[in-house]
Amino acid sequence: MIRALLVALLCTFLALPAAAQDTTAPETDRSATGGAQTLDDIMRRQEGLPVAPRGDADIEDTAAGMANQLGTLGGASDSEVWRALRYGHDTVEVSAGGDVARVLMQDGGMKWWQYREGPMSRFGAYLLLGTIGALALFFLLRGRVPLDEPETGRTVTRFKAFERFSHWMLAGSFIILGLSGLLVKYGRDYVAPLIGKEANAMLLTGAKYAHNNLAWPFMLALICIFFLWVWHNIPNRTDITWIAQFGGIVGKKHPPAKKFNAGQKIIFWSVILLGGSISISGLSLLFPYELPLFAKTFTVLNDIGITALFGMDPLPVELAPQEEMQLAATWHALVGFVLMAIIVAHIYIGSVGMEGAFAAMGTGEVDEAWAHQHHSLWLEEVQAKQAEAPEPGAATPAE
Amino acid sequence: MKAMFAGFAAMIVLAIGGYFILENMHFSTAEVSSSDNVRLD
Repeated sequence: MIRALLVALLCTFLALPAAAQDTTAPETDRSATGGAQTLDDIMRRQEGLPVAPRGDADIEDTAAGMANQLGTLGGASDSEVWRALRYGHDTVEVSAGGDVARVLMQDGGMKWWQYREGPMSRFGAYLLLGTIGALALFFLLRGRVPLDEPETGRTVTRFKAFERFSHWMLAGSFIILGLSGLLVKYGRDYVAPLIGKEANAMLLTGAKYAHNNLAWPFMLALICIFFLWVWHNIPNRTDITWIAQFGGIVGKKHPPAKKFNAGQKIIFWSVILLGGSISISGLSLLFPYELPLFAKTFTVLNDIGITALFGMDPLPVELAPQEEMQLAATWHALVGFVLMAIIVAHIYIGSVGMEGAFAAMGTGEVDEAWAHQHHSLWLEEVQAKQAEAPEPGAATPAE
Repeated sequence: MKAMFAGFAAMIVLAIGGYFILENMHFSTAEVSSSDNVRLD
């Protein structure tokens, strides 16, 4: 009898802690986390208090104890480590791969992707479609700029063969670069649904090869064009008159101009500066991680006070290699969109927008009436030179 | 128009030439970022 009583007492004492534990684990409302652990659970676990079991926690308590040398930290997160990894203050060492491989976490990539898929795609499309729409509307309202005077039948050489060769190499490569860039940007969203994913993948592979390799003729032609025409594109006083009269495109006046009018100078400098910038960022993308541009650029911008001038915080000067590539891709596309819009306008005015304009770059010869209407000062210069030059085949007087 | 077609032809020649030169330099990201121990096929 006494033995039975002792056994009962022992069982009661042994059961007490378990009973106590059950009662100390409160019911936890986990509806906010969908049944997963809550902050309260984490805090209780860190304090060594029991946690009410949850439905998805079948594997709970199977991790090694926190005291174990190789054990996990349980519910405790080493936030300092994660913060250091995220913001690049860690001391990660790698045996291969250099700075690129050291980056274990780069949350800027998500911002880049969201910007690329969101505002950049949207506003890039608005810019290009808006430009085309505005030009179509302008054409409907204004029509083609006609030749006011009758053609004389006499022509002057507007552009020499090498000038035209360089122009068309630049133009041809830029058009394919622009189209292939647009395919890379919009193909998955807008082309794949039309032609299927397989065909789109083939198209994009071709676009990638074209985009990578046409960079070289584009850059070479850009350099040629710069040296051929820079002297003629230095702004001067005639540009003010030209701009004041909207270049004769609006209204009926035809302001005097030299070889290039103010509008053409704007095109020239846009192509040189924006095309140059696209080339540099493109080289950075062609050779990943080898030509980082932005940390140094941002340092210079901060140092000369550009950011402060606009009331901005200083730009980041410590960039992960991946961030450099993301910024290069973003800048490349942004500048590309702007230059494409400008070139669309250039193509318009050089083809359907103005009578006789294409011949200047097609055959290189323009009628004197056209030259007089659009580039009267240049025509005078050319005619003066022709008057000074000896007739071809003329006899040279003997000494 | 000869200059225009010559410009386009030069563009194609330079692009193809650039492709082969860069391929011989093993410039592609896949090759630059890997070693002999990585199978790229």
